[in-house]
Amino acid sequence: MKRFIMMNLIGFNFTGFWALFVKEVRRFYSVVVQTVFAPVVSTLLYLLVFGQVIASQIETYSGLSYSQFLIPGLVMMAILQNAFSNTSSSLIQSKMHGNLTFVLLSPISPFELYLAFIAASVVRGIAVGLGILMVGAIWFDLTWLDPVWIILFAVLSAAMMGGLGMLAGIVSEKYDQLAAFQNFIIMPLTFLSGVFYSIHGLPEIWQQASHFNPFFYMVDGFRYGFFQQSDVSVYLSLSVTIFFVVLVSAINLILLHKGVKIRQ
Amino acid sequence: MSLAVQFNQVVKKYGEFQALKGVSFDVEEGAFFGLLGPNGAGKSTLINAMSGLVVPTSGSIHVQGFDVIDGYRDSRKLLGLVPQELIADPFFTIKELLELQSGYFGMKGPEQNRWINELLERLALADKANSNTSQLSGGMKRRVLIAMALVHKPRVLVLDEPTAGVDVDLRRTLWDFTKELHKQGHTIILTTHYLEEAEALCDRVAIMQHGEIKALDDTQKLLSQHPYRYLRVNVANPEIDLPGLLAERLVEKESNGFVFQVDKESSMTETLGLMAQAGLDVTDVSSRDATLEEVFLDLTSEGMA
Repeated sequence: MKRFIMMNLIGFNFTGFWALFVKEVRRFYSVVVQTVFAPVVSTLLYLLVFGQVIASQIETYSGLSYSQFLIPGLVMMAILQNAFSNTSSSLIQSKMHGNLTFVLLSPISPFELYLAFIAASVVRGIAVGLGILMVGAIWFDLTWLDPVWIILFAVLSAAMMGGLGMLAGIVSEKYDQLAAFQNFIIMPLTFLSGVFYSIHGLPEIWQQASHFNPFFYMVDGFRYGFFQQSDVSVYLSLSVTIFFVVLVSAINLILLHKGVKIRQ
Repeated sequence: MSLAVQFNQVVKKYGEFQALKGVSFDVEEGAFFGLLGPNGAGKSTLINAMSGLVVPTSGSIHVQGFDVIDGYRDSRKLLGLVPQELIADPFFTIKELLELQSGYFGMKGPEQNRWINELLERLALADKANSNTSQLSGGMKRRVLIAMALVHKPRVLVLDEPTAGVDVDLRRTLWDFTKELHKQGHTIILTTHYLEEAEALCDRVAIMQHGEIKALDDTQKLLSQHPYRYLRVNVANPEIDLPGLLAERLVEKESNGFVFQVDKESSMTETLGLMAQAGLDVTDVSSRDATLEEVFLDLTSEGMA
């Protein structure tokens, strides 16, 4: 309680931020089957199909079965996609129903609004990721050699994707535009980020192309936390991830501050 | 008297279109202020700019001295807006929405809960407190919007077409509630298409057209300054053809007579003389001043000419 009061005193409307964060978490929790359980199940289907059918054709790290290799990638893919979905769908629904007006009429600052949405998207992303990890741990022998990297990449990547979802939600005026963003940008980039393979198994040109995909660094850094093995240096992955978190946050904050597409 | 709201040269452009063309006026604290105008006049744009839902292109707006851009935290705490569009949130009940909205304004605790319950009672929403807004009728949704606007106890309440699509009973309830808030010292700013309501409720009105203020005055002054009065004449021979001068002054033909618009300065004897010359068999005559609707139509039709 003291911390709440102190933060309010220093100009951060903590009560407002907290109310919006709680609202965003309760929003996805009220449809938890759709927002958490369904993505856990669908991701586990990837594990079932890919882990069994194409396991022998994929090159992974030494000493690891394909399924062991695959699980962290799938967890990160689910974190990325669900963090994106949370902010983007919440924002576009609020715009469509008009209830974003309630937030816009309040004294919540653009930064507090951004932080609340992103924090909720991190919670959802990690809830789905944990669900997959827990079920995966029942069937497979999972290792987590460096949990700090795991948590760091999970949080930063979810924050980046929450920010990207917010950007898509701000810019989109209808569900169709958001679906285009999701299906033509987010899905291809996550599928081609090394979730299902190590890029060392790819032809040279595709290896090079993978280095231009920011999601690759998030998956690779996250996987490093499990195996202490990665395709590129974990510090490079961390730097790229932080760079994109800052870039996406800066763009969002400028748009929110100017009221682009939401205070028109 | 201190000022509740100050508009200073407010401009809003959408590309080439200018929705607000340098609007300037003040609303005094404690006023019941009517903002009138035809559709597309810029009323909602102005109200939304005051509330922070629209960023003005230039100019400034202050709510009780706080700039709505630079001092938005203070200005928004002082302002409650009942928006024109009905809003739903499929994820939360009415009570949850009010609690969340309180939180956005940094308000929570037992006292705030008591105020939420009081609002629910006062707006006859108590039995719907645990219902979702998507299960409510239009009128109920309007009440929820009023509760949302009042949940942080603002000093200035802005109602944008609050009675649009609302039945007569609810309209009366809403006006009684608004009058009560006004009596308690709230400043009320109202836009409405029901001009008789604005006439009955507002002590001061502004009439907007094409993004500009066409008239701004105390309601009674605006009515008394209107250059015409209206004569309702009942006749035994309503089928008669009116001669030129009377036909020019005719504003309405009724089954048993006519309504004429006559210059306030003109002599009543002269008008009655014209009727006698025209052969009207007058059975009754009543005279009244212009209504706000007639002033409104007069002002806004001049602008369109």
